[in-house]
Amino acid sequence: MKILTARMEAHPSDSHTLERYLATDGYQAARKAITQMTAEKCHEEVKASNLRGRGGAGFPCGVKWGFLPAETRPRYLVVNGDESEPGTFKDRQLLERDPHQLIEGIIIAAYAIDCHEAFVYIRGEYPKPARRVERALAEAYEAGYLGEDIFGSGFDLNVTLHLGAGAYICGEETALLNSLEGKRGEPRIKPPFPAVEGLYGKPTIVNNVETLSNLPWIIANGGAAYAAIGPEGSSGTRLFSLSGHVRKPGNYEIVMGMTFGEFIEEYGGGVREDRAVKCLIPGGASAPWFTGDQLDVPITIDDVGSAGSMLGSGAIVVMDETTNVVEAAHSIVSFFAHESCGQCTPCREGTSWLEMVLARILRGEGRPIDLDLLLDVSDNIAPGLGWPPKMTTICPLGPSAVSPVTSILSNFRDEIEAMIPAGVASV
Amino acid sequence: MSLADWTTTPRVEKILSSYPDKRSAVMPLLYLAMSEHGYLTDEAIREVAGLVGLTSVQVSAAATFYTMYKRQAVGKYLVSVCSSISCGLLGAKRVLAAIEDEAGVPAGETDPEGQVSVEHVECIGACGGAPAVQVNYELIEGVNPDQARSLVQWLRDASPPVVNGDEMQALFGGRRSFDWGPADSTGSVGPLPALEGLGSTGEGS
Repeated sequence: MKILTARMEAHPSDSHTLERYLATDGYQAARKAITQMTAEKCHEEVKASNLRGRGGAGFPCGVKWGFLPAETRPRYLVVNGDESEPGTFKDRQLLERDPHQLIEGIIIAAYAIDCHEAFVYIRGEYPKPARRVERALAEAYEAGYLGEDIFGSGFDLNVTLHLGAGAYICGEETALLNSLEGKRGEPRIKPPFPAVEGLYGKPTIVNNVETLSNLPWIIANGGAAYAAIGPEGSSGTRLFSLSGHVRKPGNYEIVMGMTFGEFIEEYGGGVREDRAVKCLIPGGASAPWFTGDQLDVPITIDDVGSAGSMLGSGAIVVMDETTNVVEAAHSIVSFFAHESCGQCTPCREGTSWLEMVLARILRGEGRPIDLDLLLDVSDNIAPGLGWPPKMTTICPLGPSAVSPVTSILSNFRDEIEAMIPAGVASV
Repeated sequence: MSLADWTTTPRVEKILSSYPDKRSAVMPLLYLAMSEHGYLTDEAIREVAGLVGLTSVQVSAAATFYTMYKRQAVGKYLVSVCSSISCGLLGAKRVLAAIEDEAGVPAGETDPEGQVSVEHVECIGACGGAPAVQVNYELIEGVNPDQARSLVQWLRDASPPVVNGDEMQALFGGRRSFDWGPADSTGSVGPLPALEGLGSTGEGS
């Protein structure tokens, strides 16, 4: 069952063009929504679909839309295409290979929430996807699917493409809004949530690229049909990014519910050189790791959650038995230290401390006390070290850096201890 | 064209009119300013501030937050090597070492000729085609150390006026994150992302 990637698979040579899009029922769902349905009915269908956000948090899309205050106008729609979570490259494919599907999703969402101004925020390191969207937007304006009086309905919608400039944190929705306002991409304290006070202080819905790309199918086939796909709580198909030590890394659109082990074998072609899985990251660099004996966890939002991690951005990174887990954790912690915006002390200082201590262990200069030090610093960022993490920071970036640290300390402590030279003083 | 002339260009007008609040034009205007010298001069920051009605300090605060706005000159070709987890698992360190060696400069620096700058960057969303490299943000996936060396030699020898991801992928790349589909002839003319609206695109090479 393919929804998101059906067109690009069937028509790999031109799935990104308007011509192909129109030849494969393109813009019919938007037409149906705008000319035959009320905004409320569109919203009802999306609610009924149980579509949950594909950016990371997994919040039900229709419920999010429902948080908009009834009276305040204008409302804005912002598309989060700032895909930057290590391991994640699915939105890049959707932007590059089927940009009109996203634009049609934007039209449907905007109509449903009574919004006439939308922004597509794409990370600066994605110029090719951005160019495809830029051209697709021009085509859509030219054809009358965007602009004034769409489908002769009186509904107007402007969509502006906005390019980021290298900051992971702008994937956090309030940081993205600050960035879109021309400011530093620093997250805002919530509440108020963007639905109430977002872009320019106005009610704003921020939805992920993949989330919106599902809407044409949902409107064409009905919310109930979408809800019927896959297990309860993880409706629909989802595009997973598989990378690391597998034979066939790539993006794979699946119905959720199969286990990680099945997914790695069936889609990833198994682990390279038939090695064992030492550990895997189930949902992007922010997620706590699973070990090789958790391959039977089903890939659903709720199962991964109850197993102590998250499906997050849908990025699965596989590490085989030869992996130096300290090096892997150091890579992820370095990422978060580099991307910390610096607003909150526990994150700004803590991520750098974690990076420094892991680097010291990697250099063979670790001290026995460093394991406790790692836990102590982690506890200052995410008190109690539980999951989901308790926060001492405005956004979850700091706690994300704790995930790899606690993962290796709880699962591979012996290995880390073996890297600490004997006879080194603890102080 | 000097920055002062920009106020009258359709491109600047279009950018300024795209947003309900012109402050939002800061980021695209900073990119336009970079296309002038390849990096942001103090003068460019002042002029962007003037266009959107902010102080230089406000624009500077934004500009310094984002890694792609360079405050110092970079080479004609900015070679960015991803070092995040998926690339790291598949040998990114060796790719970076090969590029540093071939370019003759460590990450963070530019060669004396001003041709090649090397930097290590965090995840560029090419994890399925790891290890990944970008030249002026045009992507090449599945790069091994030998191909990385050849890439740097090619940039120096061929000195292409436009760098294009599809062309470089065919010459120096390997496994891709996904089927890219048909090749695209549009590429980048300098060390900033190539987008029509920014006037930073070129055709062919």
